[in-house]
Amino acid sequence: MKGTPFLFKGGWLTLYIVLILSFLYLPIALIPLFSFNNAAAVAFPLSGFTLRWYDALWGNKEMLRAALNSLLVGIIVACLSTLLGILAARALTRYRFPGKRAATAFLSAPLFLPEIIVAVSLLTIILSVGLTPSLVAVALGQTIFCLPYSMSVLVAGFEGMDRSLEEASRDLGETAAGTFRRVTLPLVAPAIVSSLIVSFTVSLDEFILAFFLAGTEPTLPVYIWGQLRFAAKLPSVLALGSLMLLASILLITLAESVRRRAERRLEQQVLL
Amino acid sequence: MTDPMIAIHALEKSYGIYKALHAVSLDVAPGEFFSLLGPSGCGKTTLLRSIAGFETPSAGDIRIDGESVIGKAPNQRPTNMVFQNYAIFPHLSVAENVAYGLKRLKLSPSEEKRRVSEALDQVRLGSYGERRAQQLSGGQRQRVALARALVLRPKVLLLDEPLSALDKKLREEMQVELRALQRAVGITFVLVTHDQYEALALSDRIAVMFAGRVAQIATPKEIYQHPQSREVAAFLGGMNFLSGRILNETATSLSVEAGRFGTVAATKPAGFTRTGETTALGIRPERLRILWEPQDTPHQITGTVVDRDYFGETTHLRIRAEGLDEPLSVIETNSFGADDLPRGATVQLAYDPEAFVALAD
Amino acid sequence: MAAASPGREPDQSPLHRTAPAPGGWRTGEAASGLALISPTLLYAAFLLLLPILIVFAYSFWTQDFLTIDHTFTLANYRAALTEPIYLDLLGRSLINALSVSVLAVLMAYPLAYFISFYGGASKNLWLFLITVPCWTSYLLRIMSWKIVLGYNGVLNSGLMRLGLIDKPIETLVYNSNAVIIALLHSWLAFAVLPIFVSLEKLDRSLIEAAHDLGDTAVQRFLRIILPLTLPGVTYAFLIVMIPTVGDYITPKLIGGSDGVMIATAIQAQFGKAANWPLGAALSITTMIAASLLAGLVVLVGRRLVRALA
Repeated sequence: MKGTPFLFKGGWLTLYIVLILSFLYLPIALIPLFSFNNAAAVAFPLSGFTLRWYDALWGNKEMLRAALNSLLVGIIVACLSTLLGILAARALTRYRFPGKRAATAFLSAPLFLPEIIVAVSLLTIILSVGLTPSLVAVALGQTIFCLPYSMSVLVAGFEGMDRSLEEASRDLGETAAGTFRRVTLPLVAPAIVSSLIVSFTVSLDEFILAFFLAGTEPTLPVYIWGQLRFAAKLPSVLALGSLMLLASILLITLAESVRRRAERRLEQQVLL
Repeated sequence: MTDPMIAIHALEKSYGIYKALHAVSLDVAPGEFFSLLGPSGCGKTTLLRSIAGFETPSAGDIRIDGESVIGKAPNQRPTNMVFQNYAIFPHLSVAENVAYGLKRLKLSPSEEKRRVSEALDQVRLGSYGERRAQQLSGGQRQRVALARALVLRPKVLLLDEPLSALDKKLREEMQVELRALQRAVGITFVLVTHDQYEALALSDRIAVMFAGRVAQIATPKEIYQHPQSREVAAFLGGMNFLSGRILNETATSLSVEAGRFGTVAATKPAGFTRTGETTALGIRPERLRILWEPQDTPHQITGTVVDRDYFGETTHLRIRAEGLDEPLSVIETNSFGADDLPRGATVQLAYDPEAFVALAD
Repeated sequence: MAAASPGREPDQSPLHRTAPAPGGWRTGEAASGLALISPTLLYAAFLLLLPILIVFAYSFWTQDFLTIDHTFTLANYRAALTEPIYLDLLGRSLINALSVSVLAVLMAYPLAYFISFYGGASKNLWLFLITVPCWTSYLLRIMSWKIVLGYNGVLNSGLMRLGLIDKPIETLVYNSNAVIIALLHSWLAFAVLPIFVSLEKLDRSLIEAAHDLGDTAVQRFLRIILPLTLPGVTYAFLIVMIPTVGDYITPKLIGGSDGVMIATAIQAQFGKAANWPLGAALSITTMIAASLLAGLVVLVGRRLVRALA
C-alpha cells in the first residue's frame, strides 16, 4: 500500500488528466485551426493557410455593431456586478446579521437555475411593465448571473484581509473613510479588478439572456447564432469565434494572475 | 499621589446576556508599566479594546489623562495599540507603516522622515525602512508595530499579547527590550498577557482578572507573595493549600493553629474579612526546604516522597506528610541531590512560620 | 464564515481578531450589515425573485389571443403533464441532465483527487487549465462539437482520410449522445471545483489515522475520503444537473429531432406560439421535476455512500 501514491502520481491518474485536458481543449482548438483554413467547408484535409476570413470581418458593419454592443453591455455588467458584489461581500465578511446564510444562498441561486427559465422570467417582467427588450435589459439580466462570480472573488478578497489591519489604521488616527481609502481599498483592489474582468468575460460570452432580451440590437454571441443558419458563413464565424476565444482566455488569464499575486501577498502576511 | 493617566470606573460590558466585564475599576499611573493578567476568557482583551475604543462599554467610564473617552472613536483617543498579530500593512514598506499615522499631522517631509527614522532607530530597525512587511521576521514585525505606535507619542501604549506569537527564546529577549523601551520613552504601557512570568518580569503593577472581574491589583512581588485569594495564588504558580484555626488577629496578620505545622503567623491580605473560626492558608512550594542534615528546629515536619519531576535546575517533589490530606509540593534546587531522592524516601521539611498567607475563599 | 454564538467571550478564540466582531453582538452591527447588503439583495429580488414569481402566477392564467385571462386554472399544468410531447421532452431533458451530471461527477472526482493530492505546488495551474475552457463562449463550445461530430465534420472527414471508414458515420451528431457529450464538455469543470474544494478541506491526518488503524487504500477512500467530501460531490451534482435540464443551445444545435429538450418547447411558447401561461407552466414543472429528481438522487447517493462505508 505504501507504494500507491507513487503509482498514482506517475501512473494512470496523470494519463487520465491528460486525456481529460485533450477532451476539453481539442474541440475548441478546431475553431482557430479552421479559421485559417483556405476552404469554405470545415473538414479535413486542410487546404492551405489564409487570412481572408479575418479580412472579411473588418468590413462587416453588422458584426462591428454587435461587437460594440457586447463591449457596452460587458462594461455595464462588470461595473454593476462588481459594485453590488462589493457591498454584499463587505457585509458578509464584516458584519453579523440574521439571515446571512439565506442571503448567500439567494445570491448564488442563479448558478442553480436553468438559464432559460431566468431568461423567460425576465422577458415576462420586462414586457409586463411595458418596456421593450433592449441592451439595458440584457445588462440588467446578465448582472444577476455575474453576481455569484463577482461575490466569490470579492468575498475571498475581503476575507483574506485581516480585520486588525483596519483597526490598526483607526488606532493610528485615521478616520473610517480614510481607512477605507488607505488600507481596505489597496488590499482588496486585486479582488475588485478580478471581479471586473470575470464579470466582463461572463457577459461577453453569455448567449441565452442576450438572445431573449436584446431585441433588435444583437450582442456578438447572438450575431453568431444568426450566422450559423448559413453554412457559407461558417468560416467567418470561426474567425470571429477565434477572436472571442482569444479575448476570453487573455482576460481570464489576466484575472487569475492578478488574483494570484494578491494571494501571495496575503499568504506571506499570514505566515508571519 | 499624582492624577492617574487612566482611570476606569465601574466598567461593564455585556454581549447579550453574557457579561464580559463586571464593574471593573482601576487606575493606572503616568509612566507606569501596567499588566492585565488572566486566563483566556477573563475579559482582559475586552478591557484593553475598550480603552482603545474598539469595544463600546455597556456602562461605566474610562478617563485618559483626566478626560472621558467614552463615545470617542479609536482615532480620537490618545492611545495607540500593538496588535497581537502586529497588523503590519502588507502593501506598505516598513517606513510607510511607521509614517502611517504621521500623515494626518501634516508634517514637513523632512520632519516626517526624521521622526520615522528616529522611531526605527529606537526599536533598532534603522536600516529596514525600505523593506516590505513580508520580508520581516516575527520579532522585526513586532518592532515595526511598536515604532508605528510610539512615533505618534501617545499618552498610553496598549499591547495585546505582543509576545505570544514569538518562540520562547525570542520572547525572553523581547521582554528585556520592551521593558528597556518603556523606561526610555516614559510612556504609560498597558499590557495584556496570560503568561504570569511575563507579567511578573515586566510590570510595575499587575491586575489579575478572572471571569470579567478584577481579583487583585498589586506589584508583582506583592501579588506573588500575598495573593488575596486561592484563585490568584494558583494562577501565579504552585501553592500548597491548608486550613487552620484562627487564634489571634492583628491589623496585619493572623496567628493560626495549622495542624502539624503548629502555630504559624500568616499575612493578612487586604480586605480580609474573617468568616469564622477557621481560614485557608497557603505556602509556596519553594518556601519548604528539605533538611539534608538533622537540625534542631521546631519548624519541621516529616514526610515521604511520592513523586518527583526533574526540571534541570530544579526538581519538583510531591511529599506526603502525616496528618495532611494532600501531598505537599516542594521545589528544590538540584545543588544538594534532590534529583536523586528515590520514591518512598523519608525526608524532613523545614519551613518559615512567617511564610504563610491567609487566603479568602 | 460561521457566526460565533452571542455568548462567547472574545478571549476564548485565538482567531477572534479576524472574526467579525468577536462575540461582539451589537445591536448596531446587524443593522449595518443588513443596510450594506440590502442594495444587492433588492437588486436580486427585483430581477430574479420577482420575475420567477410572476412566471409562477402566469402558469395559473390563460392566454386569450393577445390578452391574459387572470382566472385561476390548472389547465396549463394539465397540458404540461399529460400531453405526450411535453412529457416526452421533459423526460428526455431529465434523463440527459442526469446522465451528464452523473458522468460529470464520476469524471471530475479523479481529476479533483489528482489535483488535490498530487498537484503539489502547481495545484492552481492545474485548476486553471481545467477551468479556462469554461470561460469561453458556451455557444462557441457547442459549435465546436458540431464541427467535430458533423456529417461532413472533422471526425468523419478525419477517419475517412485515415481510411478507417468509407463513408461518413451518420449517427455521430443530431442525437442525445451528441448532446450529452457536448454538455459534459461544457460542465465538467463546474463539477471539478466543488469536489476539489471539499478535498482540500479534508484534514489529511484523518486519512493517516484510518491508515494507522488498519484501513487499506480502498477502505480509506470509502470510509473517510468519500463520506467527508460528499457535500462537495452533492454540490457538484446539483450545479450541473439543474441548469442542464433547461439547456437550450446544445439540443438546438446538435440534438436534431432525437435530442430536442424541454427548453425548445418553453422558448416556443414565449416566442412564436405566444402562449405564455403554458410556457410558464412548463418552466415551473421543469424546475420542480428537476429539483425532485435531483433530491432523490442525492438521497439515494447518500444512502449508498453510507452503506459502502
